[in-house]
Amino acid sequence: MKPSFKVLSDDELAQVHEASVRILENTGVRIEHEGAQKLLLKAGAKKSDKKDIIKIPASLIDEVLDKAPSSITLKGRTGKEVLLEGDRSNFNPGSAAMFIRDYESYDIRPSTVEDFKKFVILTDALEFMAMQSTALVATDVPKEIGDLYRLYVVLSNSDKPVVTGAFEADGVPLMNGLLEAVGQDTKKAPMAIFDCCPTAPLMWGAVPTQNLLDCAVLGLPAEVITMPELGATSPATIAGSIVQGNAEFLSGLVMSQLTRPGAPIIYGGSATTFDMRFAMPRLGSVETAMLATGLAQMGKSYKVPTHAYLALSDSKTVDAQAGLETMIGAMIGVLAGINNISGPGMLSSENCQSFEKLVIDNDICGMALRLGKGVTVDTETLAEELISQNAPGGNFLASKHTLKWFRTETFMPSTVIDRQGAKKWKDQGSKDASKRASELAEVLIKKGPKSLDKDMEKDLKISLKKASEKRGLKELLRF
Amino acid sequence: MNITFAKTILIFKDNMIGAEKMPTTDTKELYEKISKALLSGDPQLAKSLAELSLSSGISPLDVIEKAFVPSLKNIGELFETGDIFLPELMLSGEAMKAAMKELEPALKASGSKEVARPVIVLGTVEGDIHEIGKNIVAIMLETSGYEVVDLGMEVKADTFVKTAKDHGAKVIGASALLTTTMEHQREVVQKVRSEDLDIKVIVGGSPVTQEWADQIGADGYAQDASDAVKLVDRLSHGRDHR
Repeated sequence: MKPSFKVLSDDELAQVHEASVRILENTGVRIEHEGAQKLLLKAGAKKSDKKDIIKIPASLIDEVLDKAPSSITLKGRTGKEVLLEGDRSNFNPGSAAMFIRDYESYDIRPSTVEDFKKFVILTDALEFMAMQSTALVATDVPKEIGDLYRLYVVLSNSDKPVVTGAFEADGVPLMNGLLEAVGQDTKKAPMAIFDCCPTAPLMWGAVPTQNLLDCAVLGLPAEVITMPELGATSPATIAGSIVQGNAEFLSGLVMSQLTRPGAPIIYGGSATTFDMRFAMPRLGSVETAMLATGLAQMGKSYKVPTHAYLALSDSKTVDAQAGLETMIGAMIGVLAGINNISGPGMLSSENCQSFEKLVIDNDICGMALRLGKGVTVDTETLAEELISQNAPGGNFLASKHTLKWFRTETFMPSTVIDRQGAKKWKDQGSKDASKRASELAEVLIKKGPKSLDKDMEKDLKISLKKASEKRGLKELLRF
Repeated sequence: MNITFAKTILIFKDNMIGAEKMPTTDTKELYEKISKALLSGDPQLAKSLAELSLSSGISPLDVIEKAFVPSLKNIGELFETGDIFLPELMLSGEAMKAAMKELEPALKASGSKEVARPVIVLGTVEGDIHEIGKNIVAIMLETSGYEVVDLGMEVKADTFVKTAKDHGAKVIGASALLTTTMEHQREVVQKVRSEDLDIKVIVGGSPVTQEWADQIGADGYAQDASDAVKLVDRLSHGRDHR
């Protein structure tokens, strides 16, 4: 059987749903977007006395609940597919960190284009990173085109599908232009997921709302990432925060499906506990994984693909804390059947990426995915006959059965996971996991990017140039 | 972090009239009750105890110095040692504000017109609707003896500056959570500079760094709320908090 993990019973899921619906109907959600407000009002939503607050009736939610697709297939520029459906999990690095942990000096410093390029190459080389993400905000790129340039760096160095997001209201169509330049055809499969984040509690800013509507029009999957922080921007209870996050998702779902019924949407989540001493979100806490599980259960009950921010750490360095927090998130995320898990590589409460951590996390993700596959039980795996042949006494090392099964039945980690004897380890310099990961990262980065062919590269550059001009940058980018 | 009421006291002390009176047993009890009301974060109780102390003829300055200062210092220490947390601190701040509302008019009536806490204008910049961090900074500043004019979120540069002028504020704090809205922090700085005002502008928020603060010519950056208090102390008094 495939093992699974849940935090809410069916009855509790229903209670959460009903509470969320009542909140949307009676209290409403703040939407700072005139177009979206009109769309909702036309469909039967009500204006509140308070500015920009729209009350969404239960009937309207019911109407759209079965409209969004339950499965989303993404296709990279050379045809690499990622399937978001059922209980299958895919990992990608966490998105939009402002800092990088320098792997030579171990200093946490603002990230640059050069860092990001290396990071994309590394992500491309790592087996269990199914997708790329626009993981770093390069601080040496003009702010006006920060979102565009990130996507450009990914597309020109890797052929994996991408998890990304726009920084401006016009971002989604402009970035869609870049995706089309490298061969995306949304009629067949989108190449990227766009994060559209409401602000807790119960608010939609102008930019993410426009992004959400644009995604619906263009057929790009919108990932609604709700971010309740327990006791700070949502109730201190896990159940209450799931209710609030769920209400935020449902308001996004309604806007998306009213724009275009059947528009792809992902039930995303980055609900966290909140540190009451340091006033910081705690991404690596065990309750953060429980919140993600509960929210994903809600998403599954609505039959849409799910996402969560998990498999990341609040540590500032690649140490035991980084490893244990990442493992908690990765394992629970996979056991909860969350389809898209963002987070690997990340340190310092979602704000720093690390090359070494990404390499270690790749093994963590591999182990979690192995765990998720569970135990296969049939005549061959029960191996009754084989046991009788080789035992008592004897061994199984040279049996054909072993040869057939040992590589798939047990996870084979990279050289980051040390399993040799103590003497050999000492002889090789007594390196810890972080050091081994740093060395492996260097080897993988040296292999270089998956570059575009000349024509596509030209098209991509033209598309970036045009998009940059629309943002008012004419002189800074010369190709 | 060192949450004290020292600055308030420094200002109040200048306006002090007459010698200190030794507290009687009754007043002592009252002070203890006030301490408890502050520590338990009970605004209603703190307010009525402040009223009671005034109607019993205790000078407002005595109440502040003998009840508020020690208990806020105690609360600050408990926070520092991890015995109490932000929710308790926030509620204590609310209780303190409620009581101060009663005490301040009495102080003004009894002493010089100069009695006032330094004013700080806070807000989240235009286009940004994230304000939890800014709210924490606000309450920390208030419990440290500042009067905070909180403009909320999506505050335009003009509004920051006009409010600061209207209230005679020494410092404007502009918060931004998004890389795209950080740019509006620069506008606040520029607006203050263009009018040649003696107002400091400090910036904060998750993507903000000291480098960014330097780049836009801000007067300071703080990584968290307790650093923000120290920064404001330095900027508004020309000396460090401790």
